[in-house]
Amino acid sequence: MVKMKELANRLKELEDQLVICIKCGMCQSVCPLFDRTRREADVARGKLALLDGLGKNLFTNPDGVNERLNRCLLCGSCAANCPSGVNVVEIFIKARAILAEFKGLSPAKKLIFQKMLSNPETFDKLTEWAGKFQNIFTKKDKNAQGTSCARVVSPLFGDRHFLPMSDKPFHSSKPYTKNSSNISEESTSKTTSIPSFTTSSIINTNAGKSGLKVAFFTGCIIDKIFPHIGQDVIDVFEFHGVGLYIPTGQGCCGIPALASGDMKSFEKLVEYHIKLFNEEKFDYLVTACATCTSTIKKLWSSIYKGNASRTREKIKELSHKTLDINQFLVNKVRLLSNDASFEDNAIVKNNAVFKDNGKSKSIETVTYHDPCHLKKSLGVFKEPRILIKASGNKLVEMEGCDKCCGMGGSFNLYHYDISSEIGQIKSKNIADTNCSTVATGCPACMVQISDMLAKNNLDIKVCHPIELYAKTLRNKQLS
Amino acid sequence: MTTQGVIGELKKIVGADNVLTQKEDMVTYSYDAAVLDPVVPSAAVMPENSEQLGQIVKLCSDNKLPITVRGAGTNLSGGTIPSSRASIVLLTGKLNKILEINEADMYAVVQPGVVTATLAAAVEKKGLFYPPDPGSQAVSTIGGNVAENAGGLRGLKYGVTKDYVMGVSFFDSMGEHVKSGSRTVKCATGYNLTGLMVGSEGTLGVLDEIILKLIPLPKARKSMVAVYKTIEQASETVAAIISSRIVPATLELLDNFTIRAVEAYSHAGLPIDAGALLLIEVDGHPAQVAEDGLKVEELCKTFGAVDVKVATNDSERDKIWAARRSALSALAKLKPTLVLEDATVPRSKIPAMVKALQEIAVKYKIEIGTFGHAGDGNLHPTILTDKRNKEEWHRVELAIEEIFDRALALGGTLSGEHGTGLAKAPFLAKETGLSSIIFSRRLRKALDPHGILNPGKITG
Repeated sequence: MVKMKELANRLKELEDQLVICIKCGMCQSVCPLFDRTRREADVARGKLALLDGLGKNLFTNPDGVNERLNRCLLCGSCAANCPSGVNVVEIFIKARAILAEFKGLSPAKKLIFQKMLSNPETFDKLTEWAGKFQNIFTKKDKNAQGTSCARVVSPLFGDRHFLPMSDKPFHSSKPYTKNSSNISEESTSKTTSIPSFTTSSIINTNAGKSGLKVAFFTGCIIDKIFPHIGQDVIDVFEFHGVGLYIPTGQGCCGIPALASGDMKSFEKLVEYHIKLFNEEKFDYLVTACATCTSTIKKLWSSIYKGNASRTREKIKELSHKTLDINQFLVNKVRLLSNDASFEDNAIVKNNAVFKDNGKSKSIETVTYHDPCHLKKSLGVFKEPRILIKASGNKLVEMEGCDKCCGMGGSFNLYHYDISSEIGQIKSKNIADTNCSTVATGCPACMVQISDMLAKNNLDIKVCHPIELYAKTLRNKQLS
Repeated sequence: MTTQGVIGELKKIVGADNVLTQKEDMVTYSYDAAVLDPVVPSAAVMPENSEQLGQIVKLCSDNKLPITVRGAGTNLSGGTIPSSRASIVLLTGKLNKILEINEADMYAVVQPGVVTATLAAAVEKKGLFYPPDPGSQAVSTIGGNVAENAGGLRGLKYGVTKDYVMGVSFFDSMGEHVKSGSRTVKCATGYNLTGLMVGSEGTLGVLDEIILKLIPLPKARKSMVAVYKTIEQASETVAAIISSRIVPATLELLDNFTIRAVEAYSHAGLPIDAGALLLIEVDGHPAQVAEDGLKVEELCKTFGAVDVKVATNDSERDKIWAARRSALSALAKLKPTLVLEDATVPRSKIPAMVKALQEIAVKYKIEIGTFGHAGDGNLHPTILTDKRNKEEWHRVELAIEEIFDRALALGGTLSGEHGTGLAKAPFLAKETGLSSIIFSRRLRKALDPHGILNPGKITG
């Protein structure tokens, strides 16, 4: 009981944030989890009441509250919709850290976060090794999503259709630049990974006609599962004359550690990357991952409490410079198509066709899924649509385009059943548009959506808007 | 049977997954949106169909175990806070089916857990209209709306929930299934139990099915915003519009305090120097909308509006109403505790009530933002405070009581749309007199001899 009082005292630091909740219950209208279960403990209002209760010594042990607190996608839908402006995600992350410190991390999490994830080099080696052996346990599905499934019934994979790790991650590949090769569609299509070279993969080019130089934060999923997106980013920036800096040795943005309350690993990763990106001057830090962008832009500064020299100041500077790739391209460079101007009512009846050389066969019907970490966390939802239209594709809106796909990072690992239930709604809404491709600005959403579409045997490709734009640029250059 | 025994039986009825008993879950059913102390129940149960619902009520009846029914828990008067005795909370979350939308006869039959906005959207797809639109409609349930007789922005022209309930079926305190009303426009059989159930706050029965009246969707609408130097001019305009025999669909008022809060929050370009804004919408046949719109515009100017902007398209219309919709949010961001009152006066008394609220704010040295449904006399004086500040909270309590007194003195009521619940029960006698409360208690005793249906609410 003495220990519980200590815990209650630690939770006092959240009191000023908790008291803002007026218990109006509006979070129920947007919570993807509550939508499935209708349980108050699954929605923000309930969880905030539980944290308040823990702070007031209502419970004899923290396990029940901890368990319920972890049943959350951290999608931030509630926070974006909250009339009182309760910063739900920040509160939950801080509370998870307090509880993890109180209870201690599980040995498995300690191993994963503190020994692997927070040491980018070790993590890269381990995942490369795993990538080489994955075919022993899994087989490729023959579908548009390019997923794999378990060869035998396995508790590890369940009935998941997951995207296999690339046999050549982005960080160890030598991406093409203008001088090394012509850019061809073949070399960057989904099934072919980027040919490797033995030299260092650092790219560090000067600003071209755009006058801008960008540092690119790759992110784990692009690096290990979608390395071709990394190549697309390089192509697009080169086309637009944007200087690019991609340092080697990049690791994880820290969100998995944060979600599990492991502040130690999170702070280590933040300090590591602050140093890494301090090596070079650039105008913007750009990522093609909604979750990485939102973590770097918002959580690094609001959660990091470490004392490393000037780190907090540098985090703030970096946060100001951090942009999602769609946002960067649409707002900072001149896009290819003139038809890309965005009007609210143009979304629905959009017929914008890329008029450049009449390659009508490349026009696809694309629907766009709003990643929570782009729309709700950062307010970015117009720009990816503009990019899709600028690629000459027809954009059709799905019902509930900004509803969470159910991924939620580790939520998918621990609560796969509910995660899939939520994902299946997304899959149905995508299929109902009769699109040939679904685009989304978050590689984690891509993984979840691929799994859901594969489960339903739907012939719909999953991609990032930058892939569509890069493909259009390539077609233009070939013609 | 002990409470534990009842819980075992509940699990047999609905399955173990639908019965919650852990302390952590109970804490999440101990409150609603009212600023009142929480009360932790013994168990929460989530039936999936009508049959299970009946069995649960019967079981609780046999064991004299109190039931509090809970929809979305958005109640502003404490109606969904459990009984302080050992009790169960009955959750309607899975009784959320729209059973029928009848276009030919213009009615809908729904289960109590259907979300208000979901029903409104479903009938609108068929060119029909369910007008009651309480502020919480995105989450509130029809069962809760019926139990509280919820209102909304359209009360002035379209009335409130009670005007749309054609019939109900419910389980009484013995677990017997009772039906009242019908699918017909007219129905003159038996007591008007439907009318009795509306606004009964879960104290007379547990709703099972509700038949709701639908009307045709209005063909045209016109919105405008009028800017005033003083709130007195705005409230006089409200009285003038009504006395000119024009009934707008909505007629909302925002005072200067609220205008500044909304502007600070949304940067929508509101005139922060204005004493008040009136937001008005007329709807109906296009010709009448045009005529009424012009008349209202003239009236606004006659009574001192310095500016009247009429929306010429949907996006301008949306802009006008976005300001109103964000009023509560904007105010909520200013202080940790927000007390939303709904004392209501006859609409001609709006100017007097506005004056009373200003005096009360000064007298008790508290911040009150006033906005709301001026057109139907239902203002929402919103008190901003921090409940942790005990001295200020005491002044807030005194101010609330004086708001009640002033509204009653003007011939008004304690609550236009939030219900009596726990919050207003101690003050009810001021409005109705003691004999009305004794009558209500006798009625309740006869229908619920063991007092298991939401004890403590309305009649104390």
